[in-house]
Amino acid sequence: MSESVITCTDLTKRFGDFLAVNHISFDVKKGEIFGFLGANGAGKTTAMRMLCGLSYPTSGKAVIAGYDVYTQQEDIKRNIGYMSQKFSLYEDLTVLENIEFYGGVYGMDRKTIRTRSHALVQKLGLLPEAKKLVGALPLGWKQKLAFSVAVFHEPKIVFLDEPTGGVDPVTRRQFWDMIYEASAGGITVFVTTHYMDEAEYCNRISVMVDGRIEALDTPGNLKKHLDAVTMEDVFYQLARGAGRSGDQ
Amino acid sequence: MKQLLVFIRKEFYHVFRDRRTLLIMFGLPVVQIILFGFALSSEVKNIRLGISDNAEDVNSRQIISKIRSSDYFIVSEKKIGYGELEAEFRKGNMTAALIFPNSFGNDLLHSGTAPVQIITDGSDPNIAKTVVNYLTNIIQAYQAENFGRAAGYQVVPEIRMLYNEEGNGSLNFIPGVMALILMIVCTALTSVSIVKEKELGTMEVLLVSPFKPIWVLIAKAIPYLVLSILNFTVILLMAVFVLGVEVRGNVPLLFFESILFIITCLSLGLLISNATNSQQTALLLSLMVMMLPTIIFTGFMMPLENMPVPFQVISNIVPAKWYYNIIKSVMLKGLGFEYVWKETLVLGGMTVFLLTIALKKFKTTL
Repeated sequence: MSESVITCTDLTKRFGDFLAVNHISFDVKKGEIFGFLGANGAGKTTAMRMLCGLSYPTSGKAVIAGYDVYTQQEDIKRNIGYMSQKFSLYEDLTVLENIEFYGGVYGMDRKTIRTRSHALVQKLGLLPEAKKLVGALPLGWKQKLAFSVAVFHEPKIVFLDEPTGGVDPVTRRQFWDMIYEASAGGITVFVTTHYMDEAEYCNRISVMVDGRIEALDTPGNLKKHLDAVTMEDVFYQLARGAGRSGDQ
Repeated sequence: MKQLLVFIRKEFYHVFRDRRTLLIMFGLPVVQIILFGFALSSEVKNIRLGISDNAEDVNSRQIISKIRSSDYFIVSEKKIGYGELEAEFRKGNMTAALIFPNSFGNDLLHSGTAPVQIITDGSDPNIAKTVVNYLTNIIQAYQAENFGRAAGYQVVPEIRMLYNEEGNGSLNFIPGVMALILMIVCTALTSVSIVKEKELGTMEVLLVSPFKPIWVLIAKAIPYLVLSILNFTVILLMAVFVLGVEVRGNVPLLFFESILFIITCLSLGLLISNATNSQQTALLLSLMVMMLPTIIFTGFMMPLENMPVPFQVISNIVPAKWYYNIIKSVMLKGLGFEYVWKETLVLGGMTVFLLTIALKKFKTTL
C-alpha cells in the first residue's frame, strides 16, 4: 500500500453563508494520477486552492506532502508544482529564461538549473528554440513546456488546473504521455479537467457536486456502478441534479 | 535573497523588451522639455505695434527708439487717423497701437502731464495686459531718466526677478516636468506591470511557489526605481546643458528628494494595482487619477494662489505638489535641507502610509 501524499478530512470552506466546499474527505496515493472533476461552481477550484496553500480552510484537516495546511503552508509550497490554465509562462522571455526563472524561484542552485534545463530542452526537442521567445512557440509546445517547468524542481505533487484547454487531441495525447512519465517517476499528479476522455486516463477520479464529493473511484468502477458506458454518462448522472452552476 | 535577484532580473528583461514603453519612458521627458523650453513660452514677444507719432519731437522720438530697441515689439510707424485704427486691428496688422498727440512735447514741458494713448487687442486679455505693462514701463523709465529730478523725491521701483534675473520663463516648468514624468512613469508602469502578472495568470503560479508575495512587489518596483533615477538624471542634464538652467542647490539633496518621491509614486502604483485585474484599467486609473491632479494641483501650470481655497486645500493631498515645492526650493533657489525638511517629512509620511495600505491590500486580495 503506497503512502498517501494528500489526506483531507472534512475539509470545508465557507464564504459568509455560502459553503463552497462542504466537508470533503479523500486521500491521494503517491505516484497516483488523481482526476478532480466537477461542474463549474461545484467547488473544485476552491478546494484546489486550499490544497496548494493559497487559502486557509474554514475547518477540517488536510495534510499535503506531509505538511499541515494550516501551519506549514510554506513547506507545502516548496514541495508542490503548479500549472495554471493559462500555462503560466512569460511570453516575452525565452524558453531557457522561463525555465531558469522558475528554477530560481524554487531555490534551485545555478548549476543544477543549468544542467537540468539543457537536458529538458533536449528532451522536449526544443533545442533550436531554446533562445526564442515563448510567445513565438505554437500552443502545443507551450503546454508541454509549461508542464515541464511545473515539475522542474521535482516536487512531490504537481497540481494541474485544466491544463489541456484549447489544444488538439493529438497534442493532448502527447501531453498525457508526459503526465504518465512524471507519475512513473514518483510525482503525484492532481489534475482537474473538463474533458471526459481525459478522465479515463486517471487512476482514480472524484466528482464534486455542490461542494460535496459525490463519487470517488477508478473510472472503470464508476462506470460499472452507474451503469454507464462512457465517463460522460457518469458525469451527467452525477452532476445533473446539481443546484449550483457557473463560476461563483 | 537569491530568489529576489532572479525575479529582479526577469523584471529587467520585461522592461527592456517592451520597446514601446521604453520609448515613452525616455522620450516623454525629452519631448516635454523641448516643448516647454523652446516652443511654449509664457513670455509675450514679437508684438506687432503700430505707432502713430503725431508730435514728432525729441521726446516722442526718444521713446519710440527705446521701444524699438526692446525685444518685445515689432514696430511699424504709420500716420493713421483714429478711424483707420480699427480696420488695422481687424486686418491683424497690429495687436497694439501707441499714439502720441501732436502736442506731446509741449504738454510735457509746460503742464507736466502729457497723455499718450495705448490701444491693445483685448480679445486676448493676457497679451493685452502684458503689452500695456511693457509700454508703461518703458515710458515711465524714460520719464524717470529725464524728468525725474525735476519732480523732487520720487519713488522709482527697481524691479528684480529673484532667482531668475533674465526673466527666463522656462525655469518654472522644469520641476513641474520632473514631477509629472516621475509620477507617470512610476505609478502607471509599476501598476501595469503588477496587473499584467495577474492577467497572464503567472501571478497564481508565483503565489503557489515559495516566493513571498511582498517580494513580488519589491522586485517589480526595482527596475522602475532604477530607470526613474536615470530619467531624472537625464532631465537634469537636459535642463542644465540644453536650457542653460543653473542648478543652485545641493545635488545629492536633489537626488535624495527625488528618490523619496519616486518611492511615493511606486507605492501609489502598488495601490492602484490592487484595485484592478485589467491592465487597461490600471493604466487609465494611473493616468487619470494621477496625471490630472498633478498638472492642476502642483501649481506649475497655473499658480495655486489663484485658485479658490478648497482647491488649495485639496492640493495638499497631492504628493507631487510637495515634491514640486522641494525641487523649486533646492534646485532653483539653492536652499538647503533646513528649508525643506517639513515638506520632506510630509512626503515621507505619505509614502509610509501608502505603502502600508498597498501591502495590506495585496495580502488579502489573494
